[in-house]
Amino acid sequence: MSATNKLTIARAMAESLAQEMRADPNVFIMGEDIAQLGGVFGNTRGLYAEFGGERVRDTPISETAFIGAGVGAAMDGMRPVVELMFVDFFGVCFDAIYNLMAKNIYFSGGHSNVPMVIMASTGGGYSDGGQHSQCLYATFAHLPGMKVVAPSNAYDAKGLLTAAIRDNSPVIYLFHKGLQGMGWLGTEPAAINQVPEENYQLEIGKAKTVISGTDITIVSIGMGVHHALKAAHELQKADISIEVIDLCSLVPLDREHIIASVNKTGKLIVVDEDYHSYGMSGEIFASVIEHDHTIFKTPPQRITYPDIPIPFSRPMEQWALPSTEKIINACLTMKEK
Amino acid sequence: MLPTNEQRRWMYRNMLISRYMEERIETIYMEGKKPIFNMANGPIPGEMHLSNGQEPCAVGVCCHLGAEDIVTATHRPHHIAVAKGVDIKKMMAEIFGKKTGLSGGRGGHMHLFDKDVNFACSGIIAQGMGPAVGSALSRKLQQKSGIAIAYIGEGAANQGAFHETLNLASVWKLPVIFIIEDNDWGISVAKSTSTSVAKNSDRAAAYGMPGIFIKDNCPDQIFSATAAAIEQARRGDGPTLIEIKTSRLAGHFMGDAEDYRPKGEKENLLMNDPIPTYRQALLDENVITLEEDSALVQETQQLIEDAITFARDSDEPAPEEALEHVFAH
Ligand SMILES: Cc1ncc(C[n+]2csc(CCOP(=O)(O)OP(=O)(O)O)c2C)c(N)n1
Ligand SMILES: [Mg+2]
Repeated sequence: MSATNKLTIARAMAESLAQEMRADPNVFIMGEDIAQLGGVFGNTRGLYAEFGGERVRDTPISETAFIGAGVGAAMDGMRPVVELMFVDFFGVCFDAIYNLMAKNIYFSGGHSNVPMVIMASTGGGYSDGGQHSQCLYATFAHLPGMKVVAPSNAYDAKGLLTAAIRDNSPVIYLFHKGLQGMGWLGTEPAAINQVPEENYQLEIGKAKTVISGTDITIVSIGMGVHHALKAAHELQKADISIEVIDLCSLVPLDREHIIASVNKTGKLIVVDEDYHSYGMSGEIFASVIEHDHTIFKTPPQRITYPDIPIPFSRPMEQWALPSTEKIINACLTMKEK
Repeated sequence: MLPTNEQRRWMYRNMLISRYMEERIETIYMEGKKPIFNMANGPIPGEMHLSNGQEPCAVGVCCHLGAEDIVTATHRPHHIAVAKGVDIKKMMAEIFGKKTGLSGGRGGHMHLFDKDVNFACSGIIAQGMGPAVGSALSRKLQQKSGIAIAYIGEGAANQGAFHETLNLASVWKLPVIFIIEDNDWGISVAKSTSTSVAKNSDRAAAYGMPGIFIKDNCPDQIFSATAAAIEQARRGDGPTLIEIKTSRLAGHFMGDAEDYRPKGEKENLLMNDPIPTYRQALLDENVITLEEDSALVQETQQLIEDAITFARDSDEPAPEEALEHVFAH
């Protein structure tokens, strides 16, 4: 068995990148402040020192240019990993993402690959206002041609990033700032876990049952998984047995895994920090009902971000965010039914 | 065109207001963030981009403007907001996320909006530029007076929106001025490594408009060098691109270790702080007396203290207020 280290998501991501760069000279990284600074969120720390400025490239603030460039490099045989500092900035460069990166394999009739990864930070909760706090999971997941993953802990972060880099299709890799282990963005201890030194892959498109239970299924991704785990722990005291599923990937969505769990519990809660409407929760409900419209013993519930821009002020933002408390309340009312 | 003594005192006073605001915010921001620096904590949470050192860019341009003129600013907006006449108390309350803030706490420090003086800002790089161009178009179509000013950092000149808006403003000959505050840095990335030209003002040629480079971070020089461009815009003779060499005396945001700066750079910048330099010039040229200066210092500090008291004493918004103002009513 290979040695393991207790790592933050930031360090696990940097470790995956370093190992993939050592193994494959075609892997390179570009983005804003990712070279000497090591990334605003720490996920490229140490890479510039090891690989130099040719392969770890600071870019101008020109997302359309360098994400478009990533597409071209990927189609020409390289494996670019490109950072979009905050996912909220997709607005200035989305064409390169959804019309080029996501469609060029298809347009080429499968003759071209686009082995490219976009890493972007997500999430709020620390009062960064409405242009620096969004998740936007569904925005990417809605559009065909890109895989979308979001780790909730360091072990998954490394395995998913390695799989994303080796994938011949484009992958959007969304890491939550509150889970990054950076301290200045808060710390979620459960996101810091043992990570094997040896490189490994997690299969993209496979969900995980984090804890098994029999009463209620809670499905989430990223930060929501931690809220769900805390709620499950509390609810144990009330003798309510919760099953928590960490999707890990939004595209492909592991529908079978969710359905198997709801088959057992008959009760479903989806927790999503992304906006409420037209999103992950609706997609999951629909997928379950399409499979069997009699499966639910109670109406499913969703704990999501309301359909409003994210307010700066703490009381308003905290009120709007999914929380452990909201999940507990939902479970208690659901259990009574 | 040289500023009058009255205009010079106005510029100095507004630089003082801005600087005291930043100095006080810097201290208050750290409340609740020690020993562990977590952005989420304290009376002012979130990111904080201070404008110390860039005050001349704000006052030198805004001294030519009135409330009817439109200004869009960036993620680093405080100095410009002050010079544009944004209500200081409401601005401070917004930065504290209070109900009495400009937007009731919905915007925060990167999203200051004051309709009374036509001020707005955006945290997305270069995205203030389109709205400035559109406001200029609106003034032209409505045959209303007033011009638009879009402030950006030098890093924003590599964004697509920069090039698109310059071209559009030029083709349509709009009453808009683009001001680049060149502080040499876009977070940790130096202008020299990210930008294909030494002076972004040279890029004006590509869009058929005048480009002006102002090499000194001095209110008088900025005032004089921008006067003609602003007159030209007011006359209906089209846009100008202006780049001002300025200095970012603080980190990119609070919490920035600034390890990327070359040795001695920061000390050098602090030695050339534009505010003491300007104060000395005004004293030397008898524009203000020592007594007037200390009175001004006192008055502006008090203004900021009053704003802070107002912000601290104000109520927090009720959580459910988050649902209001998504759509117009
Ligand atoms: C489209 C976009 N990309 C990246 C960022 C992240 N970002 C915020 S400030 C900044 C640097 C901006 O540099 P500059 O324009 O020179 O302004 P300064 O910070 O120096 O005032 C960056 C990259 C952003 N806000 N928007
Ligand atoms: Mg700059």
